[in-house]
Amino acid sequence: MQGPQATTADPMSDLYQQLIVERARAPHRAGVLEPADGGAEGDNPFCGDRVQVTVRLGADGGVAESRHRTRGCAICTASADLMAESVEGLQRPAIASLYERFGAMLQSGESGTTDSLGLLAAFRSLHEYRSRIRCATLPWTALLDAMSEAAGPGSGRKDT
Amino acid sequence: MNEMSAVTLARPGLTGFEALRDDFPILSQTVHGKPLVFLDSAASAMKPAQVIDAMSDTMRTQYANVHRGLHWMSERTTDAYEGVRDKVARLLNAPSRDEIIFTQNSTGAINLLAHSFGATLARGQAVVISEMEHHSNIVPWQMLRDRAGIELRVARVTDAGELDLDHLAELLADGRAGLVAVTHMSNVLGTVTPAAGIARLAHAHGAKLMLDGSQAVVHRAVDVQALDADFYVFTGHKLYGPSGIGVLWGRTSLLETMPPFLGGGDMISTVSFEESRWAELPHRFEAGTPAIIEAIGLGAAIDYVQAIGFDALQAHEADLTAHALARLQAIEGLQVLGHAADRGGVISFTLENAHAHDIATLLDRNGIAVRAGNHCAEPLMRRLGVNSTARASFGLYTTKREIDLLAETLEQVRVFFA
Ligand SMILES: Cc1ncc(COP(=O)(O)O)c(C=O)c1O
Repeated sequence: MQGPQATTADPMSDLYQQLIVERARAPHRAGVLEPADGGAEGDNPFCGDRVQVTVRLGADGGVAESRHRTRGCAICTASADLMAESVEGLQRPAIASLYERFGAMLQSGESGTTDSLGLLAAFRSLHEYRSRIRCATLPWTALLDAMSEAAGPGSGRKDT
Repeated sequence: MNEMSAVTLARPGLTGFEALRDDFPILSQTVHGKPLVFLDSAASAMKPAQVIDAMSDTMRTQYANVHRGLHWMSERTTDAYEGVRDKVARLLNAPSRDEIIFTQNSTGAINLLAHSFGATLARGQAVVISEMEHHSNIVPWQMLRDRAGIELRVARVTDAGELDLDHLAELLADGRAGLVAVTHMSNVLGTVTPAAGIARLAHAHGAKLMLDGSQAVVHRAVDVQALDADFYVFTGHKLYGPSGIGVLWGRTSLLETMPPFLGGGDMISTVSFEESRWAELPHRFEAGTPAIIEAIGLGAAIDYVQAIGFDALQAHEADLTAHALARLQAIEGLQVLGHAADRGGVISFTLENAHAHDIATLLDRNGIAVRAGNHCAEPLMRRLGVNSTARASFGLYTTKREIDLLAETLEQVRVFFA
Protein backbone atom coordinates (compact mmCIF):
# COMPACT_ATOMS: atom_id res chain seq x y z
CA MET A 1 0.00 0.00 0.00
CA GLN A 2 1.44 3.33 -0.96
CA GLY A 3 0.43 6.71 0.32
CA PRO A 4 0.30 9.86 -1.77
CA GLN A 5 3.55 10.37 -3.55
CA ALA A 6 5.67 13.46 -3.43
CA THR A 7 7.54 14.47 -6.52
CA THR A 8 10.98 13.15 -7.27
CA ALA A 9 12.54 16.37 -8.50
CA ASP A 10 16.23 16.67 -7.68
CA PRO A 11 16.74 19.77 -5.54
CA MET A 12 20.36 20.10 -6.59
CA SER A 13 19.29 20.89 -10.10
CA ASP A 14 15.88 22.50 -9.67
CA LEU A 15 15.81 24.34 -6.35
CA TYR A 16 19.46 25.08 -5.77
CA GLN A 17 20.19 26.51 -9.18
CA GLN A 18 23.64 27.83 -9.80
CA LEU A 19 22.48 31.43 -9.49
CA ILE A 20 20.97 30.78 -6.07
CA VAL A 21 23.97 28.91 -4.72
CA GLU A 22 26.35 31.58 -6.03
CA ARG A 23 24.41 34.44 -4.50
CA ALA A 24 24.09 32.60 -1.21
CA ARG A 25 27.82 32.04 -1.14
CA ALA A 26 28.89 35.49 -2.37
CA PRO A 27 26.05 38.02 -2.30
CA HIS A 28 26.35 41.13 -4.50
CA ARG A 29 24.20 43.40 -2.37
CA ALA A 30 25.20 42.45 1.17
CA GLY A 31 25.70 45.14 3.76
CA VAL A 32 24.03 48.01 5.56
CA LEU A 33 23.58 51.46 4.03
CA GLU A 34 24.70 54.28 6.25
CA PRO A 35 23.04 56.66 6.17
CA ALA A 36 19.80 55.18 4.87
CA ASP A 37 16.32 56.53 4.20
CA GLY A 38 14.65 53.47 5.60
CA GLY A 39 15.52 50.19 7.24
CA ALA A 40 13.70 47.22 8.69
CA GLU A 41 14.25 43.68 9.90
CA GLY A 42 12.40 40.50 9.11
CA ASP A 43 12.51 37.56 11.52
CA ASN A 44 11.46 33.99 11.13
CA PRO A 45 11.10 32.64 14.65
CA PHE A 46 10.89 29.04 13.43
CA CYS A 47 14.41 28.93 12.13
CA GLY A 48 16.06 31.99 13.63
CA ASP A 49 16.61 33.56 10.22
CA ARG A 50 16.90 37.32 10.18
CA VAL A 51 17.16 39.79 7.33
CA GLN A 52 17.99 43.43 7.76
CA VAL A 53 17.20 45.60 4.74
CA THR A 54 18.24 49.23 4.25
CA VAL A 55 17.22 51.47 1.35
CA ARG A 56 18.30 54.78 -0.04
CA LEU A 57 15.81 56.58 -2.26
CA GLY A 58 16.46 58.62 -5.40
CA ALA A 59 14.94 61.99 -6.25
CA ASP A 60 11.95 60.26 -7.86
CA GLY A 61 11.17 58.32 -4.65
CA GLY A 62 12.38 55.07 -6.20
CA VAL A 63 15.03 52.81 -4.71
CA ALA A 64 18.44 54.13 -5.60
CA GLU A 65 20.23 51.49 -3.57
CA SER A 66 19.29 48.64 -1.32
CA ARG A 67 21.41 46.37 0.86
CA HIS A 68 20.63 43.37 3.01
CA ARG A 69 22.33 41.74 5.94
CA THR A 70 21.08 38.17 6.10
CA ARG A 71 21.58 35.46 8.64
CA GLY A 72 19.79 32.60 7.04
CA CYS A 73 19.68 29.69 4.68
CA ALA A 74 20.80 29.69 1.06
CA ILE A 75 17.27 30.38 -0.18
CA CYS A 76 16.79 33.33 2.15
CA THR A 77 20.20 34.86 1.44
CA ALA A 78 19.92 34.47 -2.34
CA SER A 79 16.39 35.83 -2.29
CA ALA A 80 17.48 38.90 -0.34
CA ASP A 81 20.33 39.47 -2.74
CA LEU A 82 18.37 39.04 -5.96
CA MET A 83 15.58 41.18 -4.48
CA ALA A 84 17.97 44.01 -3.65
CA GLU A 85 19.26 43.93 -7.20
CA SER A 86 15.83 43.63 -8.82
CA VAL A 87 14.21 46.59 -7.06
CA GLU A 88 16.86 49.15 -7.90
CA GLY A 89 15.26 51.98 -9.82
CA LEU A 90 11.72 50.91 -8.89
CA GLN A 91 9.17 52.97 -7.01
CA ARG A 92 7.02 51.50 -4.31
CA PRO A 93 3.99 50.50 -6.47
CA ALA A 94 6.28 48.71 -8.91
CA ILE A 95 8.00 46.91 -6.01
CA ALA A 96 4.66 45.86 -4.53
CA SER A 97 3.57 44.57 -7.91
CA LEU A 98 6.84 42.68 -8.38
CA TYR A 99 6.49 41.09 -4.96
CA GLU A 100 2.92 40.10 -5.78
CA ARG A 101 4.02 38.39 -8.97
CA PHE A 102 6.96 36.78 -7.18
CA GLY A 103 4.63 35.47 -4.47
CA ALA A 104 2.20 34.14 -7.09
CA MET A 105 5.01 32.29 -8.80
CA LEU A 106 6.15 30.76 -5.50
CA GLN A 107 2.63 29.49 -4.89
CA SER A 108 1.95 28.15 -8.36
CA GLY A 109 5.30 27.50 -9.93
CA GLU A 110 3.73 28.82 -13.13
CA SER A 111 6.35 29.89 -15.54
CA GLY A 112 3.78 31.88 -17.53
CA THR A 113 3.97 34.59 -14.92
CA THR A 114 7.72 34.64 -14.67
CA ASP A 115 8.66 36.53 -17.84
CA SER A 116 8.67 39.85 -16.08
CA LEU A 117 10.40 38.47 -13.01
CA GLY A 118 13.87 38.43 -14.46
CA LEU A 119 16.44 36.90 -12.11
CA LEU A 120 13.73 36.14 -9.57
CA ALA A 121 12.45 33.36 -11.83
CA ALA A 122 15.31 31.28 -10.41
CA PHE A 123 13.01 30.51 -7.47
CA ARG A 124 10.31 28.97 -9.64
CA SER A 125 10.65 25.45 -8.25
CA LEU A 126 10.28 26.60 -4.67
CA HIS A 127 6.56 25.90 -4.94
CA GLU A 128 7.49 22.22 -4.66
CA TYR A 129 9.05 22.94 -1.28
CA ARG A 130 6.16 24.48 0.56
CA SER A 131 7.85 24.69 3.94
CA ARG A 132 10.60 26.80 2.37
CA ILE A 133 8.51 29.52 0.69
CA ARG A 134 8.76 31.71 3.77
CA CYS A 135 12.56 31.64 3.39
CA ALA A 136 12.22 33.48 0.08
CA THR A 137 9.53 35.96 1.13
CA LEU A 138 11.13 37.05 4.41
CA PRO A 139 13.46 39.62 2.77
CA TRP A 140 10.52 41.13 0.87
CA THR A 141 8.49 41.79 3.98
CA ALA A 142 11.54 43.51 5.45
CA LEU A 143 11.99 45.58 2.27
CA LEU A 144 8.37 46.73 2.25
CA ASP A 145 8.71 47.74 5.91
CA ALA A 146 11.89 49.63 5.07
CA MET A 147 10.06 51.43 2.22
CA SER A 148 7.22 52.35 4.56
CA GLU A 149 9.69 53.77 6.99
CA ALA A 150 11.36 55.77 4.24
CA ALA A 151 8.00 57.15 3.10
CA GLY A 152 6.51 57.59 6.56
CA PRO A 153 6.10 60.71 8.67
CA GLY A 154 9.35 62.02 9.95
CA SER A 155 11.13 60.14 7.22
CA GLY A 156 14.44 61.31 6.00
CA ARG A 157 17.93 60.06 5.92
CA LYS A 158 19.03 58.37 9.11
CA ASP A 159 22.14 56.83 10.42
CA THR A 160 21.25 53.25 11.21
CA MET B 1 22.51 12.75 -5.70
CA ASN B 2 20.79 10.15 -7.86
CA GLU B 3 23.19 7.33 -7.16
CA MET B 4 21.84 7.37 -3.63
CA SER B 5 18.75 5.55 -4.78
CA ALA B 6 20.95 2.54 -5.44
CA VAL B 7 21.42 2.04 -1.71
CA THR B 8 18.78 -0.41 -0.66
CA LEU B 9 17.58 -0.60 2.87
CA ALA B 10 15.92 -3.97 2.82
CA ARG B 11 18.10 -7.02 3.33
CA PRO B 12 17.14 -10.64 3.79
CA GLY B 13 17.76 -12.46 7.04
CA LEU B 14 16.69 -9.76 9.43
CA THR B 15 17.33 -10.35 13.08
CA GLY B 16 16.59 -8.63 16.35
CA PHE B 17 15.68 -5.00 16.01
CA GLU B 18 15.58 -5.09 12.23
CA ALA B 19 12.81 -7.64 12.35
CA LEU B 20 10.78 -5.18 14.45
CA ARG B 21 10.67 -2.81 11.49
CA ASP B 22 7.94 -5.01 10.06
CA ASP B 23 5.73 -3.92 12.95
CA PHE B 24 5.79 -0.32 11.65
CA PRO B 25 3.71 -0.19 8.47
CA ILE B 26 4.75 3.35 7.61
CA LEU B 27 8.39 2.36 7.21
CA SER B 28 7.61 0.73 3.88
CA GLN B 29 6.51 4.06 2.41
CA THR B 30 8.68 5.88 -0.07
CA VAL B 31 9.26 9.62 -0.08
CA HIS B 32 10.27 11.41 -3.28
CA GLY B 33 10.71 7.96 -4.79
CA LYS B 34 13.21 6.89 -2.11
CA PRO B 35 12.69 4.54 0.83
CA LEU B 36 11.71 6.53 3.91
CA VAL B 37 14.62 7.00 6.31
CA PHE B 38 12.94 8.43 9.36
CA LEU B 39 15.44 10.14 11.64
CA ASP B 40 13.00 12.44 13.41
CA SER B 41 11.68 10.19 16.15
CA ALA B 42 12.51 12.70 18.88
CA ALA B 43 9.82 14.96 17.41
CA SER B 44 7.33 12.12 17.24
CA ALA B 45 7.84 8.40 16.80
CA MET B 46 6.18 6.09 14.29
CA LYS B 47 3.54 3.66 15.52
CA PRO B 48 3.64 -0.13 15.50
CA ALA B 49 0.66 -2.09 14.19
CA GLN B 50 -0.03 -3.17 17.77
CA VAL B 51 -0.87 0.44 18.68
CA ILE B 52 -2.81 1.10 15.50
CA ASP B 53 -4.84 -2.09 15.97
CA ALA B 54 -5.55 -1.48 19.65
CA MET B 55 -7.02 1.90 18.77
CA SER B 56 -9.03 0.80 15.78
CA ASP B 57 -10.24 -2.35 17.59
CA THR B 58 -11.51 -0.12 20.37
CA MET B 59 -13.54 1.93 17.93
CA ARG B 60 -14.71 -1.15 16.04
CA THR B 61 -15.66 -3.41 18.87
CA GLN B 62 -15.62 -1.93 22.32
CA TYR B 63 -16.23 1.76 22.81
CA ALA B 64 -18.33 4.05 25.00
CA ASN B 65 -17.68 6.91 27.37
CA VAL B 66 -15.85 6.00 30.55
CA HIS B 67 -16.83 6.34 34.21
CA ARG B 68 -20.45 7.15 33.46
CA GLY B 69 -22.39 4.42 31.70
CA LEU B 70 -24.02 1.61 33.60
CA HIS B 71 -23.97 -0.50 30.50
CA TRP B 72 -21.64 -3.20 29.29
CA MET B 73 -19.79 -1.13 26.69
CA SER B 74 -19.03 1.66 29.13
CA GLU B 75 -17.88 -0.73 31.83
CA ARG B 76 -15.53 -2.58 29.46
CA THR B 77 -14.15 0.67 28.04
CA THR B 78 -13.62 2.02 31.55
CA ASP B 79 -11.71 -1.15 32.41
CA ALA B 80 -9.49 -0.75 29.37
CA TYR B 81 -8.88 2.94 30.04
CA GLU B 82 -8.17 2.45 33.74
CA GLY B 83 -6.00 -0.55 32.91
CA VAL B 84 -3.64 1.83 31.13
CA ARG B 85 -3.21 3.73 34.38
CA ASP B 86 -1.84 0.54 35.90
CA LYS B 87 0.50 0.09 32.95
CA VAL B 88 1.83 3.62 33.28
CA ALA B 89 2.28 3.15 37.03
CA ARG B 90 4.36 0.03 36.31
CA LEU B 91 6.31 1.81 33.56
CA LEU B 92 7.39 4.53 35.98
CA ASN B 93 7.41 2.29 39.07
CA ALA B 94 4.99 4.71 40.72
CA PRO B 95 3.91 3.65 44.20
CA SER B 96 0.23 4.09 43.38
CA ARG B 97 -1.92 4.04 40.26
CA ASP B 98 -3.89 6.97 41.66
CA GLU B 99 -0.83 9.14 41.18
CA ILE B 100 -1.03 8.77 37.39
CA ILE B 101 -2.89 11.65 35.77
CA PHE B 102 -3.68 11.60 32.08
CA THR B 103 -3.13 14.85 30.22
CA GLN B 104 -3.04 15.86 26.59
CA ASN B 105 0.74 15.70 26.29
CA SER B 106 3.83 16.85 28.21
CA THR B 107 2.85 20.43 27.61
CA GLY B 108 -0.54 19.79 29.20
CA ALA B 109 1.10 18.07 32.17
CA ILE B 110 3.53 20.92 32.80
CA ASN B 111 0.80 23.53 32.48
CA LEU B 112 -1.29 21.58 34.98
CA LEU B 113 1.64 21.52 37.37
CA ALA B 114 2.48 25.20 36.88
CA HIS B 115 -1.12 26.07 37.63
CA SER B 116 -1.93 23.68 40.46
CA PHE B 117 1.42 23.15 42.16
CA GLY B 118 2.18 26.78 41.34
CA ALA B 119 -0.85 27.73 43.45
CA THR B 120 0.81 26.14 46.49
CA LEU B 121 3.89 28.35 46.15
CA ALA B 122 4.06 31.64 47.98
CA ARG B 123 4.94 34.98 46.38
CA GLY B 124 8.70 35.37 46.49
CA GLN B 125 9.41 31.67 46.14
CA ALA B 126 11.30 30.51 43.06
CA VAL B 127 11.08 27.86 40.37
CA VAL B 128 14.39 26.70 38.88
CA ILE B 129 14.60 25.46 35.30
CA SER B 130 17.67 25.03 33.09
CA GLU B 131 19.05 26.48 29.89
CA MET B 132 18.31 23.27 28.02
CA GLU B 133 14.56 23.13 28.44
CA HIS B 134 12.00 22.71 25.72
CA HIS B 135 9.72 25.76 25.41
CA SER B 136 7.00 23.70 27.09
CA ASN B 137 9.08 23.65 30.27
CA ILE B 138 9.82 27.37 30.10
CA VAL B 139 6.68 29.22 29.11
CA PRO B 140 4.27 27.79 31.73
CA TRP B 141 6.71 28.87 34.46
CA GLN B 142 7.05 32.35 32.96
CA MET B 143 3.28 32.60 33.02
CA LEU B 144 3.31 31.54 36.68
CA ARG B 145 6.02 34.09 37.40
CA ASP B 146 4.01 36.90 35.85
CA ARG B 147 0.75 35.81 37.46
CA ALA B 148 1.89 34.92 40.96
CA GLY B 149 5.11 36.77 41.69
CA ILE B 150 7.23 33.65 41.55
CA GLU B 151 10.85 34.13 40.62
CA LEU B 152 12.13 32.11 37.67
CA ARG B 153 15.75 31.01 37.91
CA VAL B 154 17.71 29.36 35.14
CA ALA B 155 20.54 26.89 35.77
CA ARG B 156 23.36 27.03 33.28
CA VAL B 157 24.48 24.38 30.87
CA THR B 158 28.21 23.66 30.46
CA ASP B 159 30.00 23.78 27.12
CA ALA B 160 29.79 19.99 27.04
CA GLY B 161 26.03 20.32 27.12
CA GLU B 162 25.55 19.08 30.68
CA LEU B 163 23.60 20.65 33.48
CA ASP B 164 25.93 22.82 35.59
CA LEU B 165 25.26 21.28 39.00
CA ASP B 166 27.40 23.82 40.82
CA HIS B 167 25.31 26.62 39.40
CA LEU B 168 22.13 24.74 40.25
CA ALA B 169 23.37 24.43 43.84
CA GLU B 170 24.01 28.19 43.92
CA LEU B 171 20.49 28.90 42.70
CA LEU B 172 19.09 26.69 45.47
CA ALA B 173 21.32 28.01 48.24
CA ASP B 174 18.95 30.63 49.65
CA GLY B 175 16.24 28.01 50.20
CA ARG B 176 13.61 30.01 48.35
CA ALA B 177 13.14 27.59 45.50
CA GLY B 178 9.97 25.56 45.79
CA LEU B 179 10.52 23.53 42.64
CA VAL B 180 13.25 22.44 40.30
CA ALA B 181 11.74 21.60 36.88
CA VAL B 182 14.32 20.21 34.46
CA THR B 183 14.58 17.85 31.57
CA HIS B 184 15.57 14.23 32.12
CA MET B 185 16.97 14.12 28.58
CA SER B 186 17.56 17.03 26.23
CA ASN B 187 15.64 16.97 22.97
CA VAL B 188 18.48 18.95 21.35
CA LEU B 189 21.72 17.57 22.77
CA GLY B 190 20.65 14.10 23.82
CA THR B 191 22.13 14.81 27.27
CA VAL B 192 20.70 12.61 30.02
CA THR B 193 20.67 14.59 33.25
CA PRO B 194 21.75 13.03 36.58
CA ALA B 195 18.23 12.95 37.94
CA ALA B 196 18.89 11.21 41.25
CA GLY B 197 21.67 13.69 42.05
CA ILE B 198 19.45 16.61 41.12
CA ALA B 199 16.74 15.21 43.40
CA ARG B 200 19.18 15.04 46.33
CA LEU B 201 20.31 18.59 45.67
CA ALA B 202 16.77 19.93 45.36
CA HIS B 203 15.54 18.15 48.47
CA ALA B 204 18.53 19.27 50.52
CA HIS B 205 17.39 22.84 49.86
CA GLY B 206 13.70 22.24 50.45
CA ALA B 207 12.65 22.18 46.78
CA LYS B 208 10.61 19.55 44.95
CA LEU B 209 11.75 18.07 41.65
CA MET B 210 9.82 17.74 38.39
CA LEU B 211 11.50 15.83 35.58
CA ASP B 212 10.46 16.36 31.96
CA GLY B 213 10.74 12.79 30.74
CA SER B 214 9.40 13.43 27.22
CA GLN B 215 12.61 12.07 25.68
CA ALA B 216 14.02 9.98 28.51
CA VAL B 217 11.06 7.67 28.93
CA VAL B 218 11.54 6.47 25.37
CA HIS B 219 15.10 5.38 25.91
CA ARG B 220 15.51 4.39 29.53
CA ALA B 221 13.81 2.41 32.24
CA VAL B 222 12.45 5.10 34.55
CA ASP B 223 11.93 4.45 38.25
CA VAL B 224 10.52 7.52 39.91
CA GLN B 225 11.06 6.03 43.35
CA ALA B 226 14.71 5.20 42.74
CA LEU B 227 15.22 8.69 41.27
CA ASP B 228 13.35 10.15 44.25
CA ALA B 229 11.54 12.58 41.94
CA ASP B 230 8.36 14.36 43.03
CA PHE B 231 6.75 14.82 39.62
CA TYR B 232 7.43 13.19 36.26
CA VAL B 233 5.86 14.06 32.91
CA PHE B 234 5.94 12.46 29.49
CA THR B 235 4.03 12.46 26.23
CA GLY B 236 2.61 9.40 24.47
CA HIS B 237 3.45 10.17 20.86
CA LYS B 238 7.21 9.97 21.35
CA LEU B 239 6.85 6.55 23.00
CA TYR B 240 5.43 4.96 19.83
CA GLY B 241 1.92 5.78 21.06
CA PRO B 242 -0.64 8.20 19.63
CA SER B 243 -0.69 11.97 19.97
CA GLY B 244 -3.24 13.50 22.32
CA ILE B 245 -2.25 11.61 25.46
CA GLY B 246 0.36 12.46 28.07
CA VAL B 247 1.06 11.73 31.70
CA LEU B 248 1.74 13.59 34.91
CA TRP B 249 2.90 11.48 37.80
CA GLY B 250 3.09 13.13 41.21
CA ARG B 251 3.42 12.03 44.81
CA THR B 252 0.05 11.62 46.51
CA SER B 253 1.11 13.88 49.38
CA LEU B 254 1.75 16.71 46.90
CA LEU B 255 -1.16 16.10 44.54
CA GLU B 256 -3.52 16.24 47.49
CA THR B 257 -2.45 19.76 48.38
CA MET B 258 -2.99 21.02 44.83
CA PRO B 259 -6.18 22.69 43.63
CA PRO B 260 -7.71 21.36 40.38
CA PHE B 261 -6.63 22.77 37.04
CA LEU B 262 -9.63 22.44 34.74
CA GLY B 263 -13.17 22.22 36.09
CA GLY B 264 -15.95 20.13 34.63
CA GLY B 265 -17.34 16.63 34.53
CA ASP B 266 -15.43 13.69 36.01
CA MET B 267 -13.36 15.83 38.39
CA ILE B 268 -16.05 16.41 41.02
CA SER B 269 -17.87 14.29 43.54
CA THR B 270 -20.88 16.56 44.11
CA VAL B 271 -21.94 19.77 42.42
CA SER B 272 -24.42 22.39 43.53
CA PHE B 273 -24.57 26.01 42.51
CA GLU B 274 -23.12 26.96 45.87
CA GLU B 275 -20.14 24.69 45.79
CA SER B 276 -18.62 21.59 44.28
CA ARG B 277 -16.54 18.93 45.94
CA TRP B 278 -13.52 17.62 44.17
CA ALA B 279 -13.23 14.01 43.22
CA GLU B 280 -10.49 11.82 44.64
CA LEU B 281 -7.15 11.44 42.90
CA PRO B 282 -6.49 11.03 40.06
CA HIS B 283 -9.88 12.14 38.70
CA ARG B 284 -9.65 15.54 40.35
CA PHE B 285 -7.17 16.46 37.64
CA GLU B 286 -8.97 14.83 34.72
CA ALA B 287 -11.89 17.06 33.81
CA GLY B 288 -14.16 16.07 30.95
CA THR B 289 -14.18 13.03 28.71
CA PRO B 290 -10.57 11.94 28.50
CA ALA B 291 -8.63 10.81 25.44
CA ILE B 292 -10.03 7.30 25.77
CA ILE B 293 -8.83 5.83 22.49
CA GLU B 294 -5.46 7.51 22.76
CA ALA B 295 -4.97 6.20 26.30
CA ILE B 296 -5.68 2.68 25.07
CA GLY B 297 -3.16 3.24 22.27
CA LEU B 298 -0.61 4.38 24.86
CA GLY B 299 -1.26 1.19 26.81
CA ALA B 300 -0.48 -0.86 23.71
CA ALA B 301 2.70 1.16 23.15
CA ILE B 302 3.84 0.52 26.72
CA ASP B 303 3.17 -3.21 26.28
CA TYR B 304 5.18 -3.08 23.08
CA VAL B 305 8.32 -1.45 24.49
CA GLN B 306 8.18 -3.50 27.67
CA ALA B 307 8.02 -6.71 25.66
CA ILE B 308 11.30 -5.66 24.00
CA GLY B 309 12.73 -4.52 27.31
CA PHE B 310 14.50 -1.30 28.17
CA ASP B 311 17.87 -3.01 28.59
CA ALA B 312 17.74 -4.10 24.97
CA LEU B 313 16.36 -0.73 23.82
CA GLN B 314 19.10 1.15 25.60
CA ALA B 315 21.86 -1.09 24.29
CA HIS B 316 20.52 -0.80 20.74
CA GLU B 317 20.36 2.94 20.99
CA ALA B 318 23.86 3.23 22.48
CA ASP B 319 25.16 1.18 19.57
CA LEU B 320 23.38 3.37 16.99
CA THR B 321 24.47 6.58 18.70
CA ALA B 322 28.13 5.56 18.86
CA HIS B 323 28.02 4.58 15.19
CA ALA B 324 26.32 7.84 14.22
CA LEU B 325 28.74 10.00 16.19
CA ALA B 326 31.69 8.28 14.55
CA ARG B 327 30.23 8.61 11.05
CA LEU B 328 29.09 12.22 11.45
CA GLN B 329 32.21 13.51 13.12
CA ALA B 330 34.25 12.15 10.24
CA ILE B 331 32.57 14.66 7.93
CA GLU B 332 34.69 17.74 7.34
CA GLY B 333 33.16 20.88 8.81
CA LEU B 334 30.46 19.00 10.69
CA GLN B 335 30.11 20.03 14.31
CA VAL B 336 28.10 17.94 16.78
CA LEU B 337 26.60 20.06 19.55
CA GLY B 338 27.31 18.88 23.08
CA HIS B 339 29.30 15.89 24.17
CA ALA B 340 27.74 14.85 27.42
CA ALA B 341 29.13 11.70 28.99
CA ASP B 342 25.63 10.29 29.37
CA ARG B 343 23.64 10.80 26.20
CA GLY B 344 20.89 9.24 24.15
CA GLY B 345 20.11 8.91 20.46
CA VAL B 346 19.50 12.54 19.61
CA ILE B 347 22.28 14.33 17.72
CA SER B 348 22.21 18.00 16.72
CA PHE B 349 24.80 19.27 14.33
CA THR B 350 25.82 22.11 12.09
CA LEU B 351 27.68 21.88 8.82
CA GLU B 352 30.03 24.58 7.67
CA ASN B 353 28.61 26.67 4.80
CA ALA B 354 25.31 24.80 4.83
CA HIS B 355 22.32 26.11 6.74
CA ALA B 356 20.22 23.58 8.66
CA HIS B 357 17.19 24.20 6.43
CA ASP B 358 19.14 23.62 3.27
CA ILE B 359 20.53 20.42 4.77
CA ALA B 360 17.05 19.24 5.73
CA THR B 361 15.64 19.97 2.27
CA LEU B 362 18.42 18.11 0.50
CA LEU B 363 18.15 15.15 2.87
CA ASP B 364 14.38 15.10 2.48
CA ARG B 365 14.65 14.76 -1.27
CA ASN B 366 16.67 11.64 -0.59
CA GLY B 367 13.93 10.28 1.62
CA ILE B 368 15.76 11.18 4.84
CA ALA B 369 13.66 13.01 7.43
CA VAL B 370 15.54 15.11 9.99
CA ARG B 371 14.48 18.11 11.99
CA ALA B 372 15.97 21.55 11.39
CA GLY B 373 15.48 24.75 13.31
CA ASN B 374 15.58 25.73 16.94
CA HIS B 375 13.85 22.56 18.23
CA CYS B 376 11.53 24.56 20.48
CA ALA B 377 14.57 25.47 22.57
CA GLU B 378 15.48 29.00 21.54
CA PRO B 379 17.29 29.86 24.79
CA LEU B 380 19.53 26.81 24.42
CA MET B 381 20.32 27.79 20.82
CA ARG B 382 21.37 31.21 22.06
CA ARG B 383 23.50 29.64 24.78
CA LEU B 384 25.24 27.48 22.19
CA GLY B 385 25.69 30.42 19.86
CA VAL B 386 23.77 28.95 16.94
CA ASN B 387 20.55 30.00 15.24
CA SER B 388 19.47 26.62 14.11
CA THR B 389 20.78 23.10 13.85
CA ALA B 390 19.89 19.95 12.02
CA ARG B 391 18.96 17.06 14.27
CA ALA B 392 18.96 13.34 13.63
CA SER B 393 17.19 11.23 16.23
CA PHE B 394 16.74 7.50 16.41
CA GLY B 395 13.94 5.12 17.19
CA LEU B 396 13.98 1.42 17.90
CA TYR B 397 13.50 0.82 14.15
CA THR B 398 16.55 2.86 13.11
CA THR B 399 19.33 0.89 11.41
CA LYS B 400 23.03 1.50 10.96
CA ARG B 401 22.53 1.44 7.21
CA GLU B 402 20.15 4.36 7.54
CA ILE B 403 22.79 6.23 9.52
CA ASP B 404 25.35 5.40 6.84
CA LEU B 405 22.99 6.77 4.23
CA LEU B 406 22.62 9.95 6.27
CA ALA B 407 26.40 10.32 6.49
CA GLU B 408 26.92 9.68 2.78
CA THR B 409 24.23 12.16 1.81
CA LEU B 410 25.60 14.77 4.21
CA GLU B 411 28.98 14.38 2.56
CA GLN B 412 27.33 15.24 -0.76
CA VAL B 413 25.57 18.21 0.81
CA ARG B 414 28.91 19.41 2.15
CA VAL B 415 30.54 19.19 -1.26
CA PHE B 416 27.58 20.94 -2.86
CA PHE B 417 27.79 23.97 -0.59
CA ALA B 418 31.58 23.98 -0.18
C1 LIG C 1 12.10 17.51 26.14
C2 LIG C 1 10.71 17.79 25.65
N1 LIG C 1 9.81 18.33 26.49
C3 LIG C 1 8.55 18.57 26.10
C4 LIG C 1 8.11 18.29 24.83
C5 LIG C 1 6.71 18.63 24.46
O1 LIG C 1 5.96 17.50 24.14
P1 LIG C 1 4.46 17.73 23.64
O2 LIG C 1 4.54 18.64 22.46
O3 LIG C 1 3.98 16.37 23.27
O4 LIG C 1 3.71 18.32 24.76
C6 LIG C 1 9.02 17.74 23.93
C7 LIG C 1 8.65 17.43 22.53
O5 LIG C 1 8.35 18.18 21.68
C8 LIG C 1 10.33 17.49 24.35
O6 LIG C 1 11.23 16.96 23.51
